[in-house]
Amino acid sequence: MPEANVADVIVVGGGLMGSATAFFLRQRGMSVILLERGLVGQQASGTNFGNVRRQGRFLPQLPLANRSREIWGKLPELIGEDVEFIRTGHLRVGYRPEHVGMMEAYRDGAKPYGLDLELISGNALRERFPFIGPEAIAGSYSPHDGHANPRLSAPAFARAARRAGAQVVENCEVMAIERGVEDFRVETKTGAVFRAPLVQISAGAWGGRLAARFGEAVPIEARGPQMAVTEPVPYAITPVLGVTTKEKLEVIYARQVTRGNIVFGGTAHGPADLDTIRASVRPEVTLHQFTQLKRMVPALAQLNLIRVWSGIEGYMRDDLPVMGPSAKVPGLFYAFGFCGHGFQLGPGVGDVMAELIATGATTTPIEPFGIARFAGAA
Amino acid sequence: MAVHGAFAALAGKVEYLPETLAWNIQPGALHVARDGVARKLPFDAIILATGATDRLLPVPGWTRPGVYSLGGAQVSLKAQACAIGAKVAFLGTGPLLYLVASQYLKAGAEVAAVLDTSPNAARFKALPLMASRPELLVKGAALLWKLRRAGVPILRGVTPIAIEGDAEQGVTGLRVKDAQGRERQFGADAVAMGWHLRPETQLADLAGCAFEHDALSGLWMAKMEPDGRTGVKGVYLAGDSARILGADGAEIAGRLAASSVLMDLGIAVPVAEVTELHARRAVMDRFRRGLLKAFPWPGHLAAAVPDDTLLCRCEAITAGELRRSASALGAPEVNRAKALTRVGMGRCQGRYCGPAGQEVLAAARGVPLPEVGRLRGQAPVKPLSIATIAEDA
Amino acid sequence: MGVNGARLKRVAETGRAPVSLVIDGTPATALEGDTLLTAVLTNGRQLRVSEFGDGVRSGFCLMGACQDCWVYTEEGGRLRACSTPVAEGMRIVTRGATWPRLG
Repeated sequence: MPEANVADVIVVGGGLMGSATAFFLRQRGMSVILLERGLVGQQASGTNFGNVRRQGRFLPQLPLANRSREIWGKLPELIGEDVEFIRTGHLRVGYRPEHVGMMEAYRDGAKPYGLDLELISGNALRERFPFIGPEAIAGSYSPHDGHANPRLSAPAFARAARRAGAQVVENCEVMAIERGVEDFRVETKTGAVFRAPLVQISAGAWGGRLAARFGEAVPIEARGPQMAVTEPVPYAITPVLGVTTKEKLEVIYARQVTRGNIVFGGTAHGPADLDTIRASVRPEVTLHQFTQLKRMVPALAQLNLIRVWSGIEGYMRDDLPVMGPSAKVPGLFYAFGFCGHGFQLGPGVGDVMAELIATGATTTPIEPFGIARFAGAA
Repeated sequence: MAVHGAFAALAGKVEYLPETLAWNIQPGALHVARDGVARKLPFDAIILATGATDRLLPVPGWTRPGVYSLGGAQVSLKAQACAIGAKVAFLGTGPLLYLVASQYLKAGAEVAAVLDTSPNAARFKALPLMASRPELLVKGAALLWKLRRAGVPILRGVTPIAIEGDAEQGVTGLRVKDAQGRERQFGADAVAMGWHLRPETQLADLAGCAFEHDALSGLWMAKMEPDGRTGVKGVYLAGDSARILGADGAEIAGRLAASSVLMDLGIAVPVAEVTELHARRAVMDRFRRGLLKAFPWPGHLAAAVPDDTLLCRCEAITAGELRRSASALGAPEVNRAKALTRVGMGRCQGRYCGPAGQEVLAAARGVPLPEVGRLRGQAPVKPLSIATIAEDA
Repeated sequence: MGVNGARLKRVAETGRAPVSLVIDGTPATALEGDTLLTAVLTNGRQLRVSEFGDGVRSGFCLMGACQDCWVYTEEGGRLRACSTPVAEGMRIVTRGATWPRLG
């Protein structure tokens, strides 16, 4: 019987990254304690758009995204719960000739990574996806991407981890982490003390504050995604939709769940406060989203918005996450700051971090995400 | 009507925006939409008088066609000159139950029964508080007498069992247990149901007002002073959206809130008048508390809604699914349960499942009602057409 | 006035001017001043079908709060029946609506 509050690994932060890491650590036979300030999956993990998308990612991130996509495909069997993942395809449209060029370049770059994208031009696009508006002159289609329900995903991974023997503690904010001679001592707001020789910081937008305590400050900024959903209507829009453009104000994305509601977001962020743990949707952004939404799918003008929400996401200056071992403290690992594109990666990050923590190395390249890239920069 | 007269006197002095949806609010600005155009209305002070809607208790079969809210049954009759059916049963509690039933009777509709979940004994306990407005007690007695004389069965202390019928054709009747525990059946092609009112607090919530749980009503209400001030600078509450004080009470609350706004803007108001308004409001509030005692919200019935009953009308989620989120999925409060089950996530934003959902969740968790919290408000206050265009876009 | 077997029963003020509309492809008559909800339910028995397989709905709160009375137009547009005045020539679909209507 292992000692209470002691484990091989303590994971700080029960978002999708932390929950999946805890699950995969158990798969590798390591004992694990997952500490979550509030409830599992409440912040970025539970409030994001729900895109299981590889298309459009930073190319060197594709091996990680591919590994994650394989895990999504093994759900629900792997974790024993359905998180509404469906392979629907992912379609990005472009409005101007330069967008076609961007699509072609990305397609050619993604091919060596095993991501096959199909470019479809104007009329053929509308023939196949008749809801796409007349302004779109081309589309890039990724057949194996899809979407899932973010509200269910992190809690499902955490429950699976718990069933597999992990200790999952909610409502348990970490106040102090100290590196001792043999292990880390983690103290929580409730006064409880946990110990482990290995610690992972997967605290999302709050990850920067924890890393700074170990002398590894990073340039991270908290922002609120601007999410919204329509009333339910007959299921008609199969692929996840997005836009290829360099103009942030044109970037709208949308997906229809099989129950009928159409979830959408994009174009801008809202304020997010790490101390009050509040983020809101700016009304102006909602109205601007309407404009871009109707441009992409004109028939959406007929529908009603029924709810908006936000959350708190951590954005790094270079738009890439922090992932890998600490550059300064042995036994410390990071997986945070996923810049609004972490949902698809979540299961893969958990798998890779568990591999890294358990074996000291990973078969999937994650070097571009190392924290050392910010050394002395923040 | 006094209200219409007062409003007519304002003509030309205020900008009046009818048919306008206030869909969101930010510090210092209200966001409205009208005829497909969205506008931002900056304010120094805002009085939220957003009213109330019926408080509902889910009953097996309550989503069947032919079942309407009690307030809705009254709207249909008064504003549209239509009865909700040929033979209407009234289920719920509160003075409105008897008032609307008698209005139906007067309009020539057949009233199948008036079925009140409040026990007789509650009336007597509440008498001392309700005596604060004796004229209303007399009115209530007269209504009851009219209904009885017309031969309408009036049952108190009932426990609803089910609204009968089917999902296609709708209501054919309803069954209840009477105070003695006997099952009673009443044929009807329509049911009007309501358990008092619940304040419409979405804008107050989005404006950042704090909320407190009111043990007497079982409702969460925006925190406020009797003078309409909230903890948020520039935001004031009046009318049923603040406290359910009825029409007379709403007028007093409105005058109090207006006085507070004027004072806070540095404009003098007659102190004596404000003092008198406070005294009159206190009487209304005493009567409000009496009503809640005489016609109590049957939280125990909400907590016991059968597993297979639809709790959330919008998303068609059963009480059993909500209970499962409390147990198997470990949801400790209503917003988590909403995220996991979609209860309260639909078009109505929890207006009709919220009060009962809290009871179901609290009972399933075995905790006092306030511990499961309240559904946090989310914009838009009501569905907003995506065709809407920003005025300055 | 009112169609036999219709859900709502008119009890007064039936002398108002008639308004023509089409419900599920069938011509119908309502009265000036009716809401769309009244117009449809004095001619028939339902407004919409629940998206989740639990049967038909015919509105509930009648005051614009519960959102249980949204009907489709033949063009795939959405109208909240209880707060929309009926207008001459409206074409409403209560069952089997198509969305999106394309082309």
